[in-house]
Amino acid sequence: MTSGVALDRVSVSFGDFLAVSEVSLEVGSGEFFSFLGPSGCGKTTLLRTISGFVEPTEGRVLIGGADMSGIGPDRRPTALIFQNLALFPMMTVADNIGYGLRVRGVPRKARRDTVDRLLDLIALGDQGGKRVDELSGGQKQRVAIARALAVEPKVLLLDEPLSALDLKLRQHMRNELRAIQRRVGITFIYITHDQGEALTMSDRVAVMNRGVIEQIGDGRAVYEQPRTAFVAGFVGENNALPGRVAAAAGEFATVETAIGPLRGRNVRHLMTGSDAVLFVRPESLRLDPPADAERLGVTAAGAAFEGNLTHLTFTTAAGSRLTMTVGRGGALPPGPGSAAVVGYTPDDGLVLPREGFGDA
Amino acid sequence: MHSAIGKVFIFGLPAIVTLYFLATAWADRRRLGRAAPKPFFKRNGIAIGVYLIAAVGLWCVFAIVLPQLYMVDYSFRPKLPVAQMGGPKDLYTLDNYHYFLFGSTRSSAEWNVVHIRALVQTVLISIVITAVNFAICYPIAFYMAQVARPARVRLLMLMLIAPYWVNEILRAFAFRILLGTNGIINRTLIEAGVLGEPLDFLGADVGLYAGLTYAYLLLMMFPVYNAIENLDRNQIEAARDLGAPWWHIHLFIVMPHAKPGIASGATLVFMLNAGALAAPLVLGGPRSLWFTPIVYDRFYQAFNWQQGAAYALILLLTCVVFVLGVLKLFRLKLGEIAR
Repeated sequence: MTSGVALDRVSVSFGDFLAVSEVSLEVGSGEFFSFLGPSGCGKTTLLRTISGFVEPTEGRVLIGGADMSGIGPDRRPTALIFQNLALFPMMTVADNIGYGLRVRGVPRKARRDTVDRLLDLIALGDQGGKRVDELSGGQKQRVAIARALAVEPKVLLLDEPLSALDLKLRQHMRNELRAIQRRVGITFIYITHDQGEALTMSDRVAVMNRGVIEQIGDGRAVYEQPRTAFVAGFVGENNALPGRVAAAAGEFATVETAIGPLRGRNVRHLMTGSDAVLFVRPESLRLDPPADAERLGVTAAGAAFEGNLTHLTFTTAAGSRLTMTVGRGGALPPGPGSAAVVGYTPDDGLVLPREGFGDA
Repeated sequence: MHSAIGKVFIFGLPAIVTLYFLATAWADRRRLGRAAPKPFFKRNGIAIGVYLIAAVGLWCVFAIVLPQLYMVDYSFRPKLPVAQMGGPKDLYTLDNYHYFLFGSTRSSAEWNVVHIRALVQTVLISIVITAVNFAICYPIAFYMAQVARPARVRLLMLMLIAPYWVNEILRAFAFRILLGTNGIINRTLIEAGVLGEPLDFLGADVGLYAGLTYAYLLLMMFPVYNAIENLDRNQIEAARDLGAPWWHIHLFIVMPHAKPGIASGATLVFMLNAGALAAPLVLGGPRSLWFTPIVYDRFYQAFNWQQGAAYALILLLTCVVFVLGVLKLFRLKLGEIAR
């Protein structure tokens, strides 16, 4: 692990406020790693701690195995891409990209070679002489990446750099970022509150809430096997039915919810009587449940047609909302106001402890 | 050429300029046709329209344009007894400017070294004082704009502004009390045994430099502070993250961003220093060093208003040309520094 990042029980507090609490993890060399969480969850603080702008109150940051304590951002092998990019408006595109090299005293000739190579990498080969404000949003984005890559960092840190772009461009830049990362092969640490970005680009995702890492895993694991109520609620759409564990037997548990007992997989081995939430993904709900399915009596509230999918909403007897997505060619949705029975197989239900539920 | 014609210029010039502006406004209105904005009086109403024109017009014409034009007119006229003014001898002449250069209205044999040197010194020392002002203000402005918390900034602002409630003359005399041969600093140093003899700070113009440096400090502080204040802090951090040492960040990130503010502060401080009167009169040493007391003397000692006007114009033109030259050097437009 030559250029990986390791966090060793890192805590950061500002006065009384604990922004990051005992975070330990290892990011492999060349990995695309994302921190995903709502605003205020501590992910930006964590990124600033890795880049050196914030010293951890406790714990250590190691980059490439070396302890970074007391080493400022100017001397760390990291480069940070800011949310607003922070390009230098009084410099040309080429001067922006070459700034880090100029600071390091790289001779003009060598500097120009590197800048030209990076301009080619970001497909802005002939735009080096332009002023920054003459570029489009996506081009500025790529200049910021090139400026950071110019100093040959071991780790590239990205602070929600796509959030200012419009949807189309954002999706395009996701692919581009991933492609650049594969080409240069260095470690990328990316923070975002957008689960789509995190899931599509990353090798692994760390879901954060209130300064704590709730779960680390690849996108599929975080989506399909959430370990906490927060992760289940934050990553992707989910129907949540809070209640209390009425019976736990083997792999399954029954949760006494406001609309009756419902079964799901008891992945956290909750004991009878503990507070729990039963989660069912919208795509796991069915309008024509088979015999062994868990069944819920509901009232149809509306349907939103979205081409390949239709989103149906229902109200339960207890007044809470359920959503369900159905593909084309399924059973016709019931008209609004009519009663219906929806269901799911117990394998698709997930029983998780109620702790942290409602944060998402 | 007889000076009676001057009246034609003094009153004709503003009238011609006004007519020119009216004509361009009328031409614009014709060109735009229906797209033209609402006429001035329709937009503001008769009462407010008349008030605006009268107030702004009177202010411009009587407070700024006419006195300056009168000064220009004066500077080209000979000094005559009151009875002869406007008489047959009142002809336009370059005598007053000739006097500044050669110390005589007739002979061109010797340069007027004392006055020319005073002008050059005034400009040079004003440049140095402006630079010192910037050196003092920049760190404080940067601290207030980018580092300090709001409460601390308010406190600092108050501490900077409060001393300026004391008027200029009193502040100048305060420096005399501090720096005089029998002043606080000399006495303290003698009692502490550092000095045997008091130092003549005022004779060495230390008092003048200190007084002038202090006099217009705020006029450097606020433009620089404003310019640094709207710099995105991420730019400083980005530079730091890319490995820039602190001096590089200041020199190549913060200062280029603050360039218009620095220019505006420097222009104000330079102009006011070069034209300062109170500090040089109170704190100036026995030698004539500053140009403004010389101008003052032309008016009130020599009682030669014509010559005084010429001297004042020489100072004004020198400063304006110098400032415009520096702005051009730094590729700044006049409009930018007024932002």
